[in-house]
Amino acid sequence: MASAKSDRSLVVLQLSGGNDALNTVVPYGNGLYYDWRPDVRIEQDKVLKLDDQLGFNPSMAPIKELWDEGNVAVINGVGYPSPNRSHFRSMDIWHTAEPDGIGDSGWLGRTIRELDPKAENPLIGVNFGRGLPRALSCKGVSVASVGDLETYGLLPDIKEQNARDLALKAFSQIYGSAMAHDTISEFIGQTGIDALRGADILRTAPRKYSSSVEYADTPIAQSMKSIAQVMTADLGTRIYYAQNGSFDTHAAELETHAKLWSDTSNALGDFMDDMKEHDMEDDVLILVFSEFGRRIRDNSAGTDHGSGGVSFAIGGSVNGGLYGEYPSLEERDHLEGDLHFNTDFRSIYSTIAERWLGADPVSVANGQYDQLDFIFETNGS
Amino acid sequence: MSNQDIQLLAHLMRRAGFGATREELAERSRDGYEATVSRLLDTSNPVSMSEHLIRRFHPDESSMLLGSSGIDAWLYRMTTTNAPLLEKMGLFWHGIFATGYAKVINAKPLSDQIRMFKRYAMGSFRTLLLELSKDPAMIIWLDNQQNHKGAINENFGRELLELFSMGVGNFTENDVKECARAFTGWTIGNREYMELRSSRDSDWPYGRISWHFEYRPEDHDDGEKEFLGQTGNFNGEDIVDIICRQPATARFISRHLYHFFVADEPPVPQWPYQPPRDPEAIETLSQSYFDSNYDIRSMLRTLFNSDFFKSQSCWHEKVKSPAELVTGVLRLTEDFERPRYETVAKRLRMEFMGQRLSNPPSVEGYDGGLTWIDTGALVERMNFASEELGNTMTPGSQALIRRLAADNGGTVTPERLVDVCLDHLGALSVQEETRSRLVEYAAEGGDIQMDGHTLGEKARQSVAGVVQLIAATPEFQRA
Repeated sequence: MASAKSDRSLVVLQLSGGNDALNTVVPYGNGLYYDWRPDVRIEQDKVLKLDDQLGFNPSMAPIKELWDEGNVAVINGVGYPSPNRSHFRSMDIWHTAEPDGIGDSGWLGRTIRELDPKAENPLIGVNFGRGLPRALSCKGVSVASVGDLETYGLLPDIKEQNARDLALKAFSQIYGSAMAHDTISEFIGQTGIDALRGADILRTAPRKYSSSVEYADTPIAQSMKSIAQVMTADLGTRIYYAQNGSFDTHAAELETHAKLWSDTSNALGDFMDDMKEHDMEDDVLILVFSEFGRRIRDNSAGTDHGSGGVSFAIGGSVNGGLYGEYPSLEERDHLEGDLHFNTDFRSIYSTIAERWLGADPVSVANGQYDQLDFIFETNGS
Repeated sequence: MSNQDIQLLAHLMRRAGFGATREELAERSRDGYEATVSRLLDTSNPVSMSEHLIRRFHPDESSMLLGSSGIDAWLYRMTTTNAPLLEKMGLFWHGIFATGYAKVINAKPLSDQIRMFKRYAMGSFRTLLLELSKDPAMIIWLDNQQNHKGAINENFGRELLELFSMGVGNFTENDVKECARAFTGWTIGNREYMELRSSRDSDWPYGRISWHFEYRPEDHDDGEKEFLGQTGNFNGEDIVDIICRQPATARFISRHLYHFFVADEPPVPQWPYQPPRDPEAIETLSQSYFDSNYDIRSMLRTLFNSDFFKSQSCWHEKVKSPAELVTGVLRLTEDFERPRYETVAKRLRMEFMGQRLSNPPSVEGYDGGLTWIDTGALVERMNFASEELGNTMTPGSQALIRRLAADNGGTVTPERLVDVCLDHLGALSVQEETRSRLVEYAAEGGDIQMDGHTLGEKARQSVAGVVQLIAATPEFQRA
């Protein structure tokens, strides 16, 4: 597990909508949990036990397997001061690492700028989904946003192959000649050429890829498969972004939450199997986060927005175990009816920036934060 | 009218509107340039469809919860209005007084704010600043509900001077404090209750209530203030009066107008350190500001009739924002006679290109210019434009096909095809190399045989292909 930092990549998986931390890493050994959760709860005999206090939601068997192999860090009690319970605001805070004002760049955008300051590779960051999440935005940083890897590219609605090849050839000549003109032309021309190059390269990924792993036909599994395809194609991509949701379980939580976690865990389990098959499991780190946790007391069918969440770091180089403190369920310790955070999410960003990617942690995390030890120390540089 | 005149008119329509179809250019050219400017400035009858009718198709336009619904309706309005300059001015003021859902988290006050911008967009700047200071979304966005007598919150006071009127370097820290004091007590009605509700947002997301402005005299600091060298027991109105009298304000608004309508200036934070691209133009506009008693419509008339605007050196010198690109393309398709559910999908495409209206990336608004162009966004822009315009079933495409059929006895050469397509897409002018590549590409399909007013499948593909490639050119990205 001593890979060079420049070979390593980071996969960020966003659980949109506010994942209920209490029903994800269940404090089954604590009677208070069952007092607060008369209806929306996971029974003791159902949890996948981590120790005599905590256990995973029963839908997380593949992640439990990775845990048993020592490849999962569970980071409890994650949040930030003065938690905001709006999806939009709280997600924005996680994306920009700026809880006080309105930030103007994303933490991964800043990471990409650190990794490729001259913007030489148009594929350093690849987002799976349409439209760029704020986390990846940063002035001067280009990120490919891919809805569907198989059809990604320019002029996808010209279906006939010969017509398409001709159009792309003309496109490349037009954009090439644009560079000879004024500054605006030069910039648009260069970006067009980069986009074409990026798309050409990206489209080769599925063809180069072979694997015995069969991913499920769920959106998150297909995203993880695309990530595996790009990663194994060795295109120099370092940052991958995917989302799953919606975890906004105000009602019918038990059924919905189980389905969401079963899709997510299966996708992550299959992805790690794929990585092992390609001998890449030590070079990939997956960060799983959500914008907030949910209220301690259930509303009989679901749970409302809360604070204090749980994040996961998964990968062959992860020093598996429990990090942060599990927040107290005692009423006197609550924060307006919610779990009280004890680990600032920017500590996670800072750790990943410095210890995993070799990027400046202060710029990425927007300040100085205590780092965690969930990544094995290596000789890599 | 000469081709040069049509080109100039096309430039005007790209800037004062969202571009124009060839028919529209022909029709406007009969009035001439100055009359067209006057018609654009006349917003007394701005709609092709009444608000009430649009609302029947977008019933959730006033939703508290869905920030996007108001934007869907706005996109529809931009696409169909016959007063496009008014919509552009809505975008202009939204870009400067940028307010976003990420913090306001209540949809109706944001769509109300956009309506307010349009209502006062082209009148007195003084009135607009006053309305802005009373706007509930702005009050929450910049925390003025926390600005109390004896315990000021400077956020609004500072941005009013720095971002909304004069710019950095024209006031002191003390002016900021005094300005904030003058706006104490300018808050939203039922503030305490509204704060409680928003802290409980999760419990009752469907129970949001819209906000209204309230002035609380008991929370207003009526003491003496010294602001920009003047002394008095100033209230917010007095502060706005003083601000409007400043030459710095005239220059700042003039530079913004130039930046938005004429050619990209450096990013706003660099303005104190970099002189304007055309200082004389800024002087001319500032003069118009004072001569007209802060009337924005008069400044716009000066701008559009000026040589610096008409000069070819600024044609195509701007990069279209996603809102401009999407609207311009939809207007060319002429496919949105009445609101349709598909508007939602088009609005999403605008967001994929990187612009979320009423959700700007920061208090400084959208960076604009070349920052709109990165690889991901450029792919979205080109694919959207070529998909929409390459659809040969839209009324816009059908008009193109009729034109190809009408002006030739049956055979259309590749050169002719390219020139007619370029002309049809709003008298678009492209680099000579671009044109030759387009012709080479068209030549792959050979001459097109028109069969009456229709096209065979092969000819249809040739026309669609040329239009798609034009929509993907660098020139099409520019305004």
